[in-house]
Amino acid sequence: MSKTPSERPVTSVADLLALAYQIETDAVQRYSELTEQMETHNNQDLVKLFRDLARAEGAHAEEIRKMAGDIDLTAHAERLARWKKGGSPEEADLGAAHYLMTPWHALQLALTGEKQALAFFTSILDTANDAKIKKMAAEFVEEEAEHVNLVYRLLRKYPKPSDAWSEDDDPPAPQD
Amino acid sequence: MSSVETRPATKPADYTSDVKPIWCPGCGDYHVLMSFTRAFAQLGLPPEKIVVVSGIGCSSRIPAYTNCYGFHGVHGRSLAIAAGLKVTRPDLTVVVASGDGDGYSIGGNHFLHACRRNIDMTYVVMDNRVYGMTKGQPSPTTEPDFDTALSPGGTGLNPFHPLVIALASGANFVARAFSGEPKETAGIIVEAIRHPGFSFVEILSPCVTFRPDEREWKNLVHPAPVTATSEPAKAARRIMTDDGFNIGILYRGARRPYQARTEDQNIDLADLEKDFEL
Repeated sequence: MSKTPSERPVTSVADLLALAYQIETDAVQRYSELTEQMETHNNQDLVKLFRDLARAEGAHAEEIRKMAGDIDLTAHAERLARWKKGGSPEEADLGAAHYLMTPWHALQLALTGEKQALAFFTSILDTANDAKIKKMAAEFVEEEAEHVNLVYRLLRKYPKPSDAWSEDDDPPAPQD
Repeated sequence: MSSVETRPATKPADYTSDVKPIWCPGCGDYHVLMSFTRAFAQLGLPPEKIVVVSGIGCSSRIPAYTNCYGFHGVHGRSLAIAAGLKVTRPDLTVVVASGDGDGYSIGGNHFLHACRRNIDMTYVVMDNRVYGMTKGQPSPTTEPDFDTALSPGGTGLNPFHPLVIALASGANFVARAFSGEPKETAGIIVEAIRHPGFSFVEILSPCVTFRPDEREWKNLVHPAPVTATSEPAKAARRIMTDDGFNIGILYRGARRPYQARTEDQNIDLADLEKDFEL
């Protein structure tokens, strides 16, 4: 399921802020859903990690909301943002979750999201003609690039698990 | 959806209950739930005017996760319950949720006759080609070579072809969707609810626990290359020869939905009940 930019072009700074806000709030919602799923399956490492990711994205959303001042970003985004296919760029793929997934897998999801967001804002930076939009897009590009680096730094703490990571000593179905 | 009126836009969250889903992480049914609530929001229907009816199985847990009226029925009997409900309460929007085991095996007979009766309701089947809740047995849509400890050597049986059977039995709207595309799936559900008569939507919904190979579906699905037809034979031919991953509305019929005749005959339910008094 590819994730492609919104169908409508960004024509103002308000558009860009609204899209950025929606991207962050969608990510918060998705990480919260994954937190709940992992709580259900008692995968406590992932509960903490997804909760932290949701909190971090929520903080970014709040920063954007403050930047926007009086603009109702939610209403603006509803009028503006329609992702062509799949979810918004930072929304982790629910279908990629697994009850035995590890922090490494969760961070891979986060990395994909951050890279997609980086690509999204880079495309705006590359195509916008308005100087104000370009300036703000450049700020978002810088921020998302930092997020990508942050995830890479976190991944140093969690090496890739062995190929047997999904093997369950008490599997859901007998195979022998 | 002749009986449905719309009202100002609502949000998907307005249709979500406080009960947290307990499906396996990665299950396609999470996305289907999302598609349900998005569809209801797009239609602007009040939650109390929607009833989600289900049978048994992973997919049938869905009524609890919405705040609409719900009925978690017995195995395979969701369509019978829903038909009775719609006939007596035509003002309600009735959406039936099922899976490939519940809907095509245990409830297979109800499926045929629900299509035939053409009552104005929407039947959504989350097809993962396996009995997930009971740990991985082959279902009617499982491939013949699904070789596991529970089906050594595979079943060797041809899979059930629900869309063609729905057409042959008289369904008035037939579509195929993919859970991993919730926005598109919501749009199809909206169209299914709006279309008069019995609407059937098969949603390919991967079971990542017992069919991890189905994670590949997201790379196999593609939009149907042709628009919906109103000719059942044409639709059936197309579906019989497609690759099983064509997504979209495949058939829109024009059959008149079933109409209960109780009002025409001036029947009073209270009078009927008297005959059954003990």
